Amino acid sequence: MSVIEIDHVSRWYRNVVAVNDVSMRIGPGVTGLLGPNGAGKSTLIALMSGFLAPSTGTVTLDGEPLWRNEQVYKKIGLVPEREAHFDYLTGRQFVVAMAELHGLSDAAAAAQRALAVIEMTDAQDRSIATYSKGMRQRVKMASALVHDPQVLLLDEPFNGMDPRQRIHLMELLRRMGAEGRTVLFSSHILEEVEQVARQIEVMVSGRHAASGDFGAIRRLMTDRPNRFVLRTADDRLLASVLLRDPSVRGARLRSEGGIEVEASDFGRFSEVLPRLAREHGIRLHEVTPTDESLESVFSYLVSS
Amino acid sequence: MISTTVVRLGLRCLFGRWRGILLFALPVVLLGLSTLVRVLVGEDPDHAQGILYGLGLVVVVPLIALLATSGLLASEVDDGSISYLLAKPVSRYTIVVSKLVVAFLCVLVVGSLPMLLAGLILVSGTPSIAVGFAVASLIGGAAYCAVFAWLSVKTRHAVVFGLIYLLIWEGLLGGLLDGIRWLSITRWSAEIVDRVASLDLVSDLSLGYALVALAVVLLGGTWLTGWQLRGFNLTGDE
Repeated sequence: MSVIEIDHVSRWYRNVVAVNDVSMRIGPGVTGLLGPNGAGKSTLIALMSGFLAPSTGTVTLDGEPLWRNEQVYKKIGLVPEREAHFDYLTGRQFVVAMAELHGLSDAAAAAQRALAVIEMTDAQDRSIATYSKGMRQRVKMASALVHDPQVLLLDEPFNGMDPRQRIHLMELLRRMGAEGRTVLFSSHILEEVEQVARQIEVMVSGRHAASGDFGAIRRLMTDRPNRFVLRTADDRLLASVLLRDPSVRGARLRSEGGIEVEASDFGRFSEVLPRLAREHGIRLHEVTPTDESLESVFSYLVSS
Repeated sequence: MISTTVVRLGLRCLFGRWRGILLFALPVVLLGLSTLVRVLVGEDPDHAQGILYGLGLVVVVPLIALLATSGLLASEVDDGSISYLLAKPVSRYTIVVSKLVVAFLCVLVVGSLPMLLAGLILVSGTPSIAVGFAVASLIGGAAYCAVFAWLSVKTRHAVVFGLIYLLIWEGLLGGLLDGIRWLSITRWSAEIVDRVASLDLVSDLSLGYALVALAVVLLGGTWLTGWQLRGFNLTGDE
C-alpha cells in the first residue's frame, strides 16, 4: 500500500505559476486528476513521478523524496503523455528492454505478461513505427506495468484510444485499484474520470479546486446555475411561466429573438421545461446550453 | 557502470535510422578523397598530412562525434522519450556512460579505423602517420563525445551549438589564433599525432598537457552530463 503525499507544493517557471500551493494525498485505489488543458495536471504528475523539483513544498512516496531518487522507480510505473519514440524497435523489444532496465530476472516472460494484459500480443512483433496512436498508448502502458508496480501514474492515458481499447483500459485501472495499488490518471474529460475513479482531484489554473468523492463533486457541478437559450413559438408567455417556477432564477427576452434563462436547479428545470411548454401549448424549437464548456464548469467550482 | 540494454538500444538507435547512413557517408568521403589523391599525386607526406589533419581530424572526427552523441542523447531529450529510460531504478551515470560507450564505438568504427585506412592509402611507406592519426582521432573523438553529450542534455539546440563550436572555435579561431591550442580538442589530438608520427602539426604544446586536458574534458563532460540528467524535467505539453 503506497501513498503519495503532496504538501504545499508550488512550481513556477520563471514568472509563470504552473502549480500553486497544492496539497493532496493519493492513496490506494484509483484517483482521477481532472482539469482543463493547462490546469497543471502534467506538471503535478511530473512532480509525483520525480521528473520535476517543486519550487516550494515537498512531494514524497511512502515518506521518501521523489526528486533525484532513482530507487523510487522500483515502485512506480509511469505512462507519460509524450510518445515513446522508439520506432526502430518492435513493441516486444521495447517492453523487454524496459523490463531489463528494471533488473527483472526473466525480462522476456515479464514483457509477455504485460503485453498480454494490454492485449498487444498479436502486434508485439511489429515495429512501433507502424502502430496506431492507440497501440502506442497501450505499449507505453505495457512498459509501465512490466515490473508490476505498486504505484501507476498515467498522464491522459485515454488519448487516441478507440472506444473498445478505452473500456479495456478502464477495466484494467479499476482492477489495479481494487488490488490495492495506487493508481492516478489525469484527464480533461469528466465522463472518463467518472467511469473509473471514485476519488477525484480537480485542478484549475494551477490550483487545487476540489477534492473528494466523484458523486459529491458531480452534484456540485450539475447543481451550479445553468444558462440556456430557448427558441419557442411564444417566447413571452414561456418566460413568464418559467419565472414562476423555483428552479428558474431569471429569464430575459433577447432582442434577436428567444429567451435567455438561468436555472438554479438543473435537475428540476430539465423536468419542468417540457411539462410547462406542453401545458401551455408552446412549441419548443431549440434549447441550447450556453455555458456547458468544461472551463465554465471548472470556473464555477473554483468560485464556489 | 554499463547497462548492456542501453548499449543495445543505442546501437539500434544510431544504425537503425537515417543517421547511420550519414555517419557512414563521412568516412566514405575521407577514403574516397585519400584514394584520389594517392592515384593523382602519389605518396606525398605533405598532402597526406593535409587530408588527414585538415579533413579527418578537424572535420570528420568531430562531426561523427556530434552526430553520434546528439543522435543518442539530444533527440531523446528533445522529444522527451529519454523519460522511458530515466523512469527506471538505474543510475543516471550508468545511462550516460552506456550511451557514451556506443558513441566511442561509433567513433572507432567510422572515425578512427577509416583514418587508419586513409593514412595507409596515402602514405603506405610510413605507417606511423596512419597509426598516429587513428589513435588521435579515437582519443580526441572520445573527448568530443563527452562535450557533445553535455551539450545534448544542457540545451535543446545541441547540434546547432555543437556546429558553431566546431566552426568558430576549433575551425576559424583555432586556425587564426595560436593561443587556442591550449583550449582546443583538435590541437590536443594533433599533439598525439606529432608524438606518434614525429610530425609538427602543433608547436609549443606538451603531450602531457594534451593527455591531461583530454582526460579532464572526457571525465568532466561525462560527470556533468550525468549530473544534468539527474535533474531532467519532464513537464508535458502544458
